Amino acid sequence: MRDVAVVGIGMNKWGELWGKSFRDIFVEAALIAIKDAGVDKIDSMTIGCMTGGLFVGQEHLASMMADYLGYKHIPASRVESACASGGLAFRTAYIEVASGMSDIVLAGGVEKMTDVSGDGATYALATAADQEYEVFHGATFPGLYALMAVAHMEKYGTTRDMLSAVSVKNHKNGAKNPNAQYPFETTIEEVNNSVMVASPLRIMDCSPITDGAAAVILTTVDIAKKLGKPIIKVIGSGHATDTIALHSRKDLTTLAATKLAGERALKMAGKTIKDVDFAEVHDCFTIAEIIVSESLGIFPVGKGGEMAAKGESSLEGSFPINTSGGLKSKGHPVGATGIAQIYEIVKQLRGQAENGRQLKNNPKIGMAQNMGGSGGSSLVHILEVA
Amino acid sequence: MVGIVGYGAHIPRHRIKVEEIAKVWGADAPSYKKGLLLTQKSVPPPDTDTITLSVEATKNALKRAGNINPADIGAIYIGSESHPYAVKPSGTIVADAIGACPRIHCADFEFACKAGSEAMYVCLGLVKSGYVKYGLAIGGDTSQGAPGDALEYSAAAGAAAFIMGSDNVIAEILYTDAYMTDTPDFWRREHEYYPQHGGRFTGEPAYFTHTMGAAKAIMEKANMKPKDFTYAVFHQPNGKFPMRVGKMLGFTKEQIEPGWLSPVLGNTYSGASPMGLTSTLDIAKPGDKILMVSYGSGAGSDAFIWQVTDRINDVRDKAVRTRKLLDENLTFVDYGTYAKFRHKIRKNK
Amino acid sequence: MFPSRIWREKGQRYRLEAGKCRTCGYIAFPPRLVCPECGAVEFETIKLPDIGKLLTYTVIRVAPSQFTDEAPYAIGIAELPNGVKLTAQLVDCDVEKIKVGMDVRIEFRRIQTHDTHGVISYGYKFVPKWY
Repeated sequence: MRDVAVVGIGMNKWGELWGKSFRDIFVEAALIAIKDAGVDKIDSMTIGCMTGGLFVGQEHLASMMADYLGYKHIPASRVESACASGGLAFRTAYIEVASGMSDIVLAGGVEKMTDVSGDGATYALATAADQEYEVFHGATFPGLYALMAVAHMEKYGTTRDMLSAVSVKNHKNGAKNPNAQYPFETTIEEVNNSVMVASPLRIMDCSPITDGAAAVILTTVDIAKKLGKPIIKVIGSGHATDTIALHSRKDLTTLAATKLAGERALKMAGKTIKDVDFAEVHDCFTIAEIIVSESLGIFPVGKGGEMAAKGESSLEGSFPINTSGGLKSKGHPVGATGIAQIYEIVKQLRGQAENGRQLKNNPKIGMAQNMGGSGGSSLVHILEVA
Repeated sequence: MVGIVGYGAHIPRHRIKVEEIAKVWGADAPSYKKGLLLTQKSVPPPDTDTITLSVEATKNALKRAGNINPADIGAIYIGSESHPYAVKPSGTIVADAIGACPRIHCADFEFACKAGSEAMYVCLGLVKSGYVKYGLAIGGDTSQGAPGDALEYSAAAGAAAFIMGSDNVIAEILYTDAYMTDTPDFWRREHEYYPQHGGRFTGEPAYFTHTMGAAKAIMEKANMKPKDFTYAVFHQPNGKFPMRVGKMLGFTKEQIEPGWLSPVLGNTYSGASPMGLTSTLDIAKPGDKILMVSYGSGAGSDAFIWQVTDRINDVRDKAVRTRKLLDENLTFVDYGTYAKFRHKIRKNK
Repeated sequence: MFPSRIWREKGQRYRLEAGKCRTCGYIAFPPRLVCPECGAVEFETIKLPDIGKLLTYTVIRVAPSQFTDEAPYAIGIAELPNGVKLTAQLVDCDVEKIKVGMDVRIEFRRIQTHDTHGVISYGYKFVPKWY
């Protein structure tokens, strides 16, 4: 296996991009990444997209994106693992470079979610859950995470305010991110009193519906050196699956796939979680960030909410989480999220994070955790600045 | 001996009060309550229909029937004027839900409020003839009254199920009879959502003539008088009619009361007199004789004379009693919720 | 919804049929071809009990269009006496009074009606075990 580095990152402002098409959103982000890398060509590309078919009626999208990017005829593929599609695209691209199959690979993610009604988006997203034994009965995604939230609150005493603290912290970070969909700050009180979606989760516990894309360029460390770019090395990649039906799991308050993916990535990197300086995690709902922070071993089991409320995961905390604003503030165009997490990790490791959200003391190692469905798939990547 | 080997009922827990309906239509609630002799009716929530009520009533009937194998049920007939499909049987769904498929004969009956007792009548015949070991007869409805119509105060939801057989009988069938004429007192044409009725014409020439006709015929056949019965159950489109017809026939209030559910249930149409029979069996003693007379508009009445056996004491509490379903764990809804539940609100497609 | 999709699941939705592994006793609901615990492939069909305990729940207020008539409605996961866990709606109760740990019973209800034209799908829901 060859050592692999991320040499280019690209992303645009996310949001309700009414005037921009599915293909243009992707191409814009990809062009930024290619320019940032300073490469004159890419050998292949892999795109994470959860459901172009349901959101814009477009499958077979990898070929179309390659064509519109100006790379007609290159090998291009689309991978899918629900909301973890972006993370999976990154891993696939990583394997392709590490294996020696290709030298320069673009890993992208894209979703255009606003061309359907709210009901259409709920339907499309719910395809990540068990159709016949969850969705059939009226379960929605906020509903499934709410089931975890209630179980976590019962078992560990996690409170409404702790959930809100995650939202407040992520919005505070996102307010400093020029690409964030909702770059405003909020308060515990505002979150506590926002519209109820699926009790106890309120609208301010939920990541939004977003149009957006992100792209990164992976290549070998050797080529990266020639490009004269800061070397941000991929030192760990972990991937695991779990039952997609929440009720089939032994424990409703942990995320086994995330735990396993984290352990696998750390083992590959030869690190422990204590060596990691910060993380981007999959906060599709506030409770998700709390449970993920426990399952990854960042905080003790049952203490994720308390730690967030104490500020331990803030920019100044002992383990900053979601410096980008997370899915909550930055937005969650599902297929693009996993790639945008890598974008933020690279920004931080390069020391380029904007508007005062750059972590102090030159972080060396960052982790990105991207999750599909209610935790039925999870990908963890660890990047280190060389 | 042929008769009932298991019985059960089911009622949605939601209720609406007469006052709540009257308020919307500017009607005088006290006069409606007095005129119809009812104070409230059951309301089916959107996830409840004749089929779901039938399945739950049948589960209770199976519990009382002991460990009979559902596959031994040879026929299932559901009487209802609110079968969920215009075309597609209700009975197959109930049969599959209780594990009685596929060697079973199945038909959906419709005869206004009489369809449930028809199913009982036919099942008794099939068991008696030896064509089937057990027959499952269900009367159930989630009936609709047009908004503002007098029927809206009474049209209710509920079901009763009876397993007829020839062993382990709870109530033996002694006599049956029937009384039918063409009397168009109440009808619903195809593609119409709500039924229409002939107002006061539904009374004397319709309900009373047929109910009394069937009751007198069967008592004459059996050579029995009202005093020979412990209980009597009549079709109950409201609270008033069954009491009045009972009095006209010579029955006392005490004989009628155990099966007189309509004052707090409303009219469950095909389920009405069958449900009255379930609540009467709930308190009956071995040896008691029960007269049951149904009525369906259009018009006709089926009459049955039952004699309760010793087995009643062993089975009555193997499932929930009808009165408990009627009186406990209730939720009262407002007219808005009722209108939403009953799809009376026009929505965007 | 196309009728075959509903029809295929009726053993589970109407009768709570599960597969019990002949090797290790694991109960799969819905039935599976491979036991997730021991890898065996022989199962016997059993019927699940119709009572359980509520492990967790949520009250859904923003409902998919098929369920707007029922909103707000509760969804819960209940554990049956044999350890099987199910997701279903919890109905016939005041959504403000639901408690984790409460006893529930399974009843047969309409699950989706697919407007006025489609095939009606039936299945199981939880109700509080009040008697």
